[in-house]
Amino acid sequence: MRIELSPSVWWYALSRSELWRSIIRHGVTDSSRNRSLAIFQNFFLHMHPVKVRRKALEVRHTYYLGGISLALTAILAASGILLMFYYHPSVPEAYMDMKELQFTVDIGTFLRNMHRWSAHAMVLVVFLHMLRVFYHGAFRPPRQFNWVLGVVLLTLTLLLSYTGYLLPWDQLAYWAVTVGTNMVRATPVLGERIRFLLLGGNIVGANALIRFYVLHCVALPLLLVLIAALHIWRVRKDGGVKGPLAEDEETLEVYR
Amino acid sequence: MKDESLDIVESADPMSVPKRVALVRPDLSLAVPRRREEQVTTFPHLIVREVILLQWVVILIALASLFWDAPLEGIADPLETPNPAKAPWYFLGLQELLHYFPPVVAGVLIPTLVVIALIIIPYARVNRAPVALWSWGSKRVTIGLLSLTIVVVPLLSLFHCWVVLVPTLACEALIGLSRPLPHPGRLRAWLGLRTLPQWIMTWFVIVACLLTIIGTFFRGPGWSLVWPWEISL
Repeated sequence: MRIELSPSVWWYALSRSELWRSIIRHGVTDSSRNRSLAIFQNFFLHMHPVKVRRKALEVRHTYYLGGISLALTAILAASGILLMFYYHPSVPEAYMDMKELQFTVDIGTFLRNMHRWSAHAMVLVVFLHMLRVFYHGAFRPPRQFNWVLGVVLLTLTLLLSYTGYLLPWDQLAYWAVTVGTNMVRATPVLGERIRFLLLGGNIVGANALIRFYVLHCVALPLLLVLIAALHIWRVRKDGGVKGPLAEDEETLEVYR
Repeated sequence: MKDESLDIVESADPMSVPKRVALVRPDLSLAVPRRREEQVTTFPHLIVREVILLQWVVILIALASLFWDAPLEGIADPLETPNPAKAPWYFLGLQELLHYFPPVVAGVLIPTLVVIALIIIPYARVNRAPVALWSWGSKRVTIGLLSLTIVVVPLLSLFHCWVVLVPTLACEALIGLSRPLPHPGRLRAWLGLRTLPQWIMTWFVIVACLLTIIGTFFRGPGWSLVWPWEISL
């Protein structure tokens, strides 16, 4: 007997095996039912509705800016975790590790570039996303609270980017953070205290580095993932993405 | 037009018929207009697009990372202050404001107000109904624009903050020019339909971009005005 070993045969056997079906419960045939199950039986994909409006897929509906932010977050998490393997949050090791990445680690510079450029892109894209939502009037009921979550996410993005800025411990990082934390000092009454809390001292030093490190790598990313999940889930709960103003919701023309 | 939702289901079994009570406010109509739009399944239509998007973003960032290296200067030295010491680019708008206003205004008051303003956007009544600014009435808008000018010109001149004053006046002029005419051109008709929140947001974006660009490319030693090619980024 001849056994055929083409990929399609393997795929056929695998996708119908008990192991596969114990993980992915819906069938493989392309039916409306299986397409629906693919979404709502999947922990991650069930943030999406089972069906979307065809128009909502068009680029000029959302410019996919939220999706781009999510993609950048994924790149930042992946490259960030890899960078953590090479990083010591102490003075002067932090800076030495940058040199290590540059000269010793395979594609170390590329890794750092990926992280840095996606971080810059993230700030820009999240801001554009906010503008898109505003000009399309997508903050109106029932989406009010999701807009607020978006503002929180924008703030978190800025804080993440800012705390990460100190970590290379070079002149650029050091003085940028000094300038920023000096602004905090201007807060009435609590200014000096907040600055002390943030820096773990009165100057940007080793204590500030470890605080920024923990904020950047643990506290803020956890918050970001949590709130971003809520934000995306609420898009579905609030009736899907809202594109450009429809004809009948265009501005009222009541000239006097 | 027949409303489908008002169809009565008849059944002998009272337990199997769901009952719904609808309260209709006197100012609302009973018939809710409903748009029927073509729908597609999320899998594969949206999921495939998302995967392709992720791939594009990874490719573009990877290309940027191949061609441009992230900056790395000498080790941090508290004794050697660079001139000028600049914050990250997204905070340079604020740092530029710091040049004109006292720190408590530029560093605390303005950012706090911006965040509060952003949060209340969906809850402010002015944002609920998309009503064109000029439909408030020519007189009200003109008085509003004039009183704004009277407040803004002396205030910003006092702090020599021309980079905010000029775009503010430009926006006001644009609002003034967009006053509806009997037979406006397309652009003018479009401008005439903009709402107050749209004007405010546009003004905010213009000012924020301008401040950031000046702070990034036109500020040298001692925060003096320089040309972009005179500073090393």
